[in-house]
Amino acid sequence: MIIHSIFFYFFSLITVFASLLVILSRNTVNSVFFLILCFISVGSLFIMIGAEFLGMIMLIVYVGAVAILFLFVVMMINVAGQTYSTKSQFEIKKHVPVGILFSIILLLELFVIIGGWKYKDKFVLSKDIMINPAMSNTKAIGTVLYTDYILLFQISGMILLLAMIGAIMLTFRKREGVKRQSYFEQISREKASGVEIKDVPFNQGVKIND
Amino acid sequence: MIEIQLIHYLILSAIIFTTGIVGIFINRKNVIIILMSIELILLAVNINLISFSIYLQDMTGQIFTMLILTVAAAEAAIGLAIIVIFYRSKGSVEVENINQMKG
Repeated sequence: MIIHSIFFYFFSLITVFASLLVILSRNTVNSVFFLILCFISVGSLFIMIGAEFLGMIMLIVYVGAVAILFLFVVMMINVAGQTYSTKSQFEIKKHVPVGILFSIILLLELFVIIGGWKYKDKFVLSKDIMINPAMSNTKAIGTVLYTDYILLFQISGMILLLAMIGAIMLTFRKREGVKRQSYFEQISREKASGVEIKDVPFNQGVKIND
Repeated sequence: MIEIQLIHYLILSAIIFTTGIVGIFINRKNVIIILMSIELILLAVNINLISFSIYLQDMTGQIFTMLILTVAAAEAAIGLAIIVIFYRSKGSVEVENINQMKG
């Protein structure tokens, strides 16, 4: 049990420091790397608490896809080469104390809510999808996800499709001077416009591209 | 204190959530940090859902965590696409330059 506690404090300290460094580091690439560290430690926490499938999904989806997407965009646009205007230096002094004060109040409110919270008996109504200790976590998710929550699963697929179409439509642009295929012209060719049959006179030949 | 209970996970989640909020407030440099702060906030929500799911022995929390994961991935994709086209038109991603709509 003591090992469990030690690992919990280890991973949560890493998580907190990494999330602080995400918002405080000056280089954006460093922020992305600390975000990856934060995701990895939270995934370890999920594996420790008993949600192995979601811990692994956290590694694959967040670290493998989302954070790499962030890295691509950070390296594509020139964040480091920007020169910040002097006006922003004055702005920082004005709005940072207000933001920090607001956030401290929010954190204290969250602590008050968490500290005063009591678990009420017979609160859980959905007893039919209780976790079965004999079943592994992945199997339990699979049995529930494709039966009771099939609509939610399909809505997730629709959201991903929508995001894909939206991202493609947003970043699509027509460029000048790029040779590209025209499928309509290719398909709508007919024999009359594509092939010309000529009679070849003896010993004279045929002029092409006349 | 030594034995890890639900409240430890809730406090961790509250700290990460507040860190994300602070990141949105104090950042005036680039928009990518704001997107990362939103990812942190969604991560805190995921921690909350999974710890309650294990505590109440109910699978629903983990299923909804997967939905939130999907939405976070979609949001990151759309947000980064918007940042790319903004950078194409303005040449920078500073928050102060985003005043096209005079809002």
